[in-house]
Amino acid sequence: MTTSGQWRMEGVRDIIHGLKHKPGALLPILHAIQDHIGYIPESTIPVIAEEMLLTRAEVHGVISFYHHFRTHPTGRHIVEICRAEACQSVGSRALEKHAKTTLGIDFAETTACGSVTLEPVYCLGNCATGPSVRIDANIYGKVSTTRFDELIADCRDAMREVS
Amino acid sequence: MTTRVFVPRDTTALSLGANKIATLIQAEAASRGLDIEVVRNGSRGLFWLEPLVEVQTPEGRIGFGPLSTDDIAALFDERFQEGQQSHPASVGLVEEIPYLKNQQRLTFVRAGITDPVSLEDYTSHDGYKGLKNALQLSGQQIVDEVKTSGLRGRGGAAFPTGIKWQTVLDAPGEQKYIVCNADEGDSGSFADRLVMECDPFMLIEGMTIAGLAINASQGYIYLRSEYPVAHEILKQAIATAYEHGYLGKNILGSKRQFDLEVRLGAGAYICGEETSLLDSLEGKRGLVRAKPPLPAIVGLFGNPTIVNNVLSLAAIPYILDKGGQAYADYGIGRSRGTLPVQLAGNVKRGGLVELAFGMPLSQLMNEFGGGTRSGRPLKAVQVGGPLGAYLPEQQWDTLIDYEGFSAEKAVLGHGGVVMFDDTVDMGEQARFAMEFCEFESCGKCTPCRIGATRGVEVIDRIRTGENQEMNWQLLEDLCDTMVDGSLCAMGGMTPFPVQSVMTFFPDELRSARQE
Repeated sequence: MTTSGQWRMEGVRDIIHGLKHKPGALLPILHAIQDHIGYIPESTIPVIAEEMLLTRAEVHGVISFYHHFRTHPTGRHIVEICRAEACQSVGSRALEKHAKTTLGIDFAETTACGSVTLEPVYCLGNCATGPSVRIDANIYGKVSTTRFDELIADCRDAMREVS
Repeated sequence: MTTRVFVPRDTTALSLGANKIATLIQAEAASRGLDIEVVRNGSRGLFWLEPLVEVQTPEGRIGFGPLSTDDIAALFDERFQEGQQSHPASVGLVEEIPYLKNQQRLTFVRAGITDPVSLEDYTSHDGYKGLKNALQLSGQQIVDEVKTSGLRGRGGAAFPTGIKWQTVLDAPGEQKYIVCNADEGDSGSFADRLVMECDPFMLIEGMTIAGLAINASQGYIYLRSEYPVAHEILKQAIATAYEHGYLGKNILGSKRQFDLEVRLGAGAYICGEETSLLDSLEGKRGLVRAKPPLPAIVGLFGNPTIVNNVLSLAAIPYILDKGGQAYADYGIGRSRGTLPVQLAGNVKRGGLVELAFGMPLSQLMNEFGGGTRSGRPLKAVQVGGPLGAYLPEQQWDTLIDYEGFSAEKAVLGHGGVVMFDDTVDMGEQARFAMEFCEFESCGKCTPCRIGATRGVEVIDRIRTGENQEMNWQLLEDLCDTMVDGSLCAMGGMTPFPVQSVMTFFPDELRSARQE
């Protein structure tokens, strides 16, 4: 996934052409665009609509229905905290508060430095070893507040190495 | 001689550092000049021991867990690779651990034993025997075998699987579909994930048999996007199955076709509802459809479709290998076979426990679960996901059985058991049930869409003492309206946890806890 903001509409068209033959291709296409760019830019919606013989409203309707799809760029890392019951039973409410306080942001917001976007998630299927947190494609179990701070520090270090 | 060391690769083991441990074991073995092969197996489902490393010995596999990266050098110092059990993390022969030994694993018989993406491991542990039998049978004979098994939908609705298959078999149509519901969104559930991460060929085999039964040439696995590990493993297993002729145009030379593809969801709980799932697969918003028509008759792209949960389809290879009666020999009453129960939340020994129906819930939580992780008294248990009731102590002796749970106004659902200790605020849990429905409602029907929002508001008023008795009645009415008037189980069952709190923990709903 790139979050550099550098992408070309031609790349989007290539993605669509590679998938549109599939039955019910819209979700695979939206996933592929988001995986490629990091989000689904508003400017791609007319192109998707045209290629898929749909209205822009229909495409927008699908994107906005699913929590996973976003039309805005995110921070370099997406940190998702599980809010579901199994994690609640082992302290995820306190972890959520700690995360919001230490990062200084609410859910769906990005830290000023651009390293972390915080999101809620409702179950990662890691329910016997909660509280669970997902950072990008990695899932972490038994995340205490201390462990959370270490993971966030890693996110920030990784950012420094990149820049 | 090469020593085989097993380091699991399921989400839970990975979430606790299994990848780093595997790397360290390889590095340590290399630096000591030892001939060690690290196999990435699935998990046994004994999650309190993860990461659980096993070493193959002539006596069986010896386990060490839970391990941290700091333990690895010491493991080698204690010569764990020779089967020495002097390291403090040793748990002895894994298959002798009572938690595992006392289970009745029919579906999870290979979990943690095999390398999930090794077709050779799968076939050498009874894999694809069911398919080979199915290829000799007519569609009707396969369906009859499933009927004999008594298998009921493991996703939660518990509809008889054989009847559903019969409906699709009898429905006219050239194109039919097999859809696997792998949108396992219920908190406390991870059995579907374990099937896909530990034994994906079993699911592929089950779907292929379903395809043969009703003459469907295409299958889809609708997988939630919150399961990246399962996605990778499934893709790899499907590619391998194609390579070896277990999928594609000519399955094992039979001239029968079955194609299979994984499709990712996009973070919508409602897409675990079968009609919403079908709309999502068709590339639309995941709105619930009115039933009838049933998906069995008008399903994916308007064609007859079997929609089954992962666990239902995963039970099929056993049934076609050993026979429907062998499966039906387990269980009680109308709940036949086994249920993989998932012990989750505040539990000392969390994990997967597959047993024949009929075990009391309390025995599972105590003998297997060992009580709470915090060591504090257990207070309430939510069974069956976010739409399931909270059970107070007087209901813990309920037997694991669909009808037994219904009689208690509770649901067994997908078999997830989430335990809470005495620090839980039940009023807050009731509020969360409504809040979750507000967040996840597809918005098609009013009782669910508006009811959930009003539900949160009314609960807040009750908790702050505003017109408490009037609002209590209002909440009762609202729950009845949602139960009776919603289009699907999302709005129709959201009141269950709320009503259980109103019945069994009314004081905690009436007074918000001061912090």
